[in-house]
Amino acid sequence: MSRVFLTTARFLRTQGARSAFLRALSSEAADTGSREHIDGLVKKDKVVVFMKGVPQQPMCGFSNAVVQILRMHGVDNYSSYNVLEDENLRQGIKDYSSWPTIPQVFLSGEFVGGCDILLQMHQNGDLVEELQKVGIRSALLDKQPDTDKDKQ
Amino acid sequence: MNVGVRQACRLVTAYRGNLLSLTARSARTMSTEEKQPGPVESTIREKLSQHFQPSHLDVINESYMHCVPPGSETHFKVVVVSDMFDNEAIIKRHRMVNGVLQEELEGPVHALSIMAKTPKQWEDSGGKVSKSPACRGGMGQ
Repeated sequence: MSRVFLTTARFLRTQGARSAFLRALSSEAADTGSREHIDGLVKKDKVVVFMKGVPQQPMCGFSNAVVQILRMHGVDNYSSYNVLEDENLRQGIKDYSSWPTIPQVFLSGEFVGGCDILLQMHQNGDLVEELQKVGIRSALLDKQPDTDKDKQ
Repeated sequence: MNVGVRQACRLVTAYRGNLLSLTARSARTMSTEEKQPGPVESTIREKLSQHFQPSHLDVINESYMHCVPPGSETHFKVVVVSDMFDNEAIIKRHRMVNGVLQEELEGPVHALSIMAKTPKQWEDSGGKVSKSPACRGGMGQ
């Protein structure tokens, strides 16, 4: 679905109709920024990430860091939403969590934080625990204990 | 976005090295002494100083790491060491900092990386500040 969207977006961009397309999109998707809509999104999956770009191609260093951290823990199967594709969602998620920046990570519907917090939780071991609470076993538990010995 | 710009961003990103190194390395605070701070940087410093009475405060303009014009004040990292963070969870600490800088975040500041520690934690960490991730070119949206 998102691939079709991207292809369409690219095609329209090359046709010089990007602004018209985005205008049409924002009027159709007017409620994607609503509290109800976002509430549904964050509760849909155990791990939900709002980011710039997609996990395969993050468009921001902070979003990329979140993706890489989750990958290190073997968390690949999560829902991600690209806020660059939807201005309503971009503002809506900031209002929803009262958090001014992207990326934003949710575990079992609960806001965990952005890049700095996830990184810190990764470094101090909290992330392994938090993942466990939502029923995900971190891949780091199965690795050699010295794999990130030089993280300091 | 302009493809040329994006490619240039990529080159810069590649030059700055693998992002994963951010979890493995720490960088000493970059000195901001040699450059005159911009107005946004000064405001951030002032507000954080006033509110948190920090025993240590760094306001680092990291805009140069991103694809914005030279001299921009869009991307910042702040290091705030204050007693006010005692017994507060990390998310609460970040909310406190975000709250003080709400105006800036709604205005010129596009990205804010926060390190909020108590004096004891700062001492224990040896004053290390982790490196910010490299740009991925998504600024132009």
